[in-house]
Amino acid sequence: MSTLEVKNLIKDFRVRGSGAGKKFRAVDDVSFTLEPGRTIALVGESGSGKSTVARMISKLETPTSGEILIDGRKSATRGRALAEYRRNVQMVFQDPFASLNPFHTIAHHIERPLRLHGKAKGRTEIDAQVHQLLERVNLTPAPIVAARRPHELSGGQRQRVAIARALAPGARFLVADEPVSMLDVSIRLSVLNLLARLQREESLGVLYITHDLATARHFSDEIIVMFRGKIVERGPSDEVILNPQHDYTKLLLGAAPNPENHGRLREEVRRELASASATSGDAGAARDRFGTADL
Amino acid sequence: MTALTTGPLTTPDHAESIAGLAPVLTARNVSIEYEVTPPVKAVKDVSLTLHRGEILGLAGESGCGKTTLAYGINQLLKPPALRTAGEIVFHDQDGTDIDVAALEGDALRAFRWDKISMVFQGAMNSLNPVISVRSQLFDVFTTHRPGMSNAEKLERSRELLQLVGVDPNRLDSFAHELSGGMRQRVMIAMALALNPQVMIMDEPTTALDVVVQRGILREIMRLREQFNFAVVFITHDLPLLLEISDRIAVMRHGEIVELNTSANIFAKPQHEYTRKLLASFPSLTGDRGSFVRSGESTEGNAL
Repeated sequence: MSTLEVKNLIKDFRVRGSGAGKKFRAVDDVSFTLEPGRTIALVGESGSGKSTVARMISKLETPTSGEILIDGRKSATRGRALAEYRRNVQMVFQDPFASLNPFHTIAHHIERPLRLHGKAKGRTEIDAQVHQLLERVNLTPAPIVAARRPHELSGGQRQRVAIARALAPGARFLVADEPVSMLDVSIRLSVLNLLARLQREESLGVLYITHDLATARHFSDEIIVMFRGKIVERGPSDEVILNPQHDYTKLLLGAAPNPENHGRLREEVRRELASASATSGDAGAARDRFGTADL
Repeated sequence: MTALTTGPLTTPDHAESIAGLAPVLTARNVSIEYEVTPPVKAVKDVSLTLHRGEILGLAGESGCGKTTLAYGINQLLKPPALRTAGEIVFHDQDGTDIDVAALEGDALRAFRWDKISMVFQGAMNSLNPVISVRSQLFDVFTTHRPGMSNAEKLERSRELLQLVGVDPNRLDSFAHELSGGMRQRVMIAMALALNPQVMIMDEPTTALDVVVQRGILREIMRLREQFNFAVVFITHDLPLLLEISDRIAVMRHGEIVELNTSANIFAKPQHEYTRKLLASFPSLTGDRGSFVRSGESTEGNAL
């Protein structure tokens, strides 16, 4: 399989307590094509529908209408063909603390997809593949990591286990829903770099879902900006970030912290207050109460 | 403040930048331990001076001790956490110095929130879900301003909500009826209620979307200009701190490894860890860094 295509995807959720009538459109006519070796970033705020898109692609949610096509053919919705689809399209979840089972060893988490998808048989073969997968995600020494349980690993290490697990059945497409937002900042880039390397080496198609515009720009070829279920802007990542067209993209970009703007917010606020105090004495009175500023 | 002889890395112009400022809070050689087995030294010999009206950023990752330090400053530590050394002095508006570390009982209760208030981590869930916003705001006045009449409390509560940009009619709302951003604004209104001289904000915007976050930051900056309180702003988001803080202290393993003005931290970081933190945030609009898609670190692997 080579391309994953999403066509006019729509998802309606019924609004609770509204009887049969009221619907909320979470995803509204979303289309894009994910090619091997390419990363598409889906960016937007909470509630923009980006995770719902991910869940439909992972078949965790059924689209209200629209199609998910593999090489131009409609993807399966049940049976063996669905299992085959799932083997090819795997997901990495946001919370590495919740996505691994605390009762089981790391080896178990990676063994299961290997067994279920018939990738390996017999103890020695399975162990060898588990170790190889752990090494591919830089979890070494593999035999020691394999014997551990999730609570013995850091967040970044767990997320790498989750990536190894996604790769185990031989996935061609990876849907990564905020894969680093819960990790400490200093290890985020290493996990993203790992994803980028695997994507290159295996020619994976990656759908990177995030609210972080900076990593979206650096780790993806194309950026799709979603707002209230709709795609409002899309294009090559540098173009979208450096030369945004849609007002919402501009708003998002303007709100992202930027160290180069040191002091700008303060200046803006001061100007606002200065023009406001010309009409009301509020700010001035408050200031008097506390004496003059030292700064 | 005298120049630091030992401790965090800094540059000479940092001392210059703070030379003329009046301190509002001084922490000297504070150490905090969690008395578990084996004991965890969460904060090690930290000295900090906060000046009037200043925004001091406290940057660091999970487990570096930044929240523990903030709790220590506000005398909020509970066993097994224990301050094992150091002193914390609050320099009040009227010129008296208060030894925060020695406060307890009623004196501590009177001091807290009145002089130093706090916006807690996970403020999304810090409001009491079963009582209204009004009751929670009134609670502050009942405790700290026993002489206030209900009419005065109501007037002040409405004024506070207005200050943080929430419709005063929301007084009768419950936490679940408010959006995340509004809850956070209510938390800030509560922290503002008694006109504190210092506000400690522990990851106040971490769970919020960037656009909402920007609105709240703007609100904090505006209120700071209006009321001139000092802010200790705790977060792991270094780009955010660089944008809004006057100075930044970078914490790691319970120690402040670098303390400098935001401009210096950004332009000439002295400590290796600061450089690493800075490099963890790819630039939004700058060149694509060389680390991107190459520098795959294996750090954190040691088991």
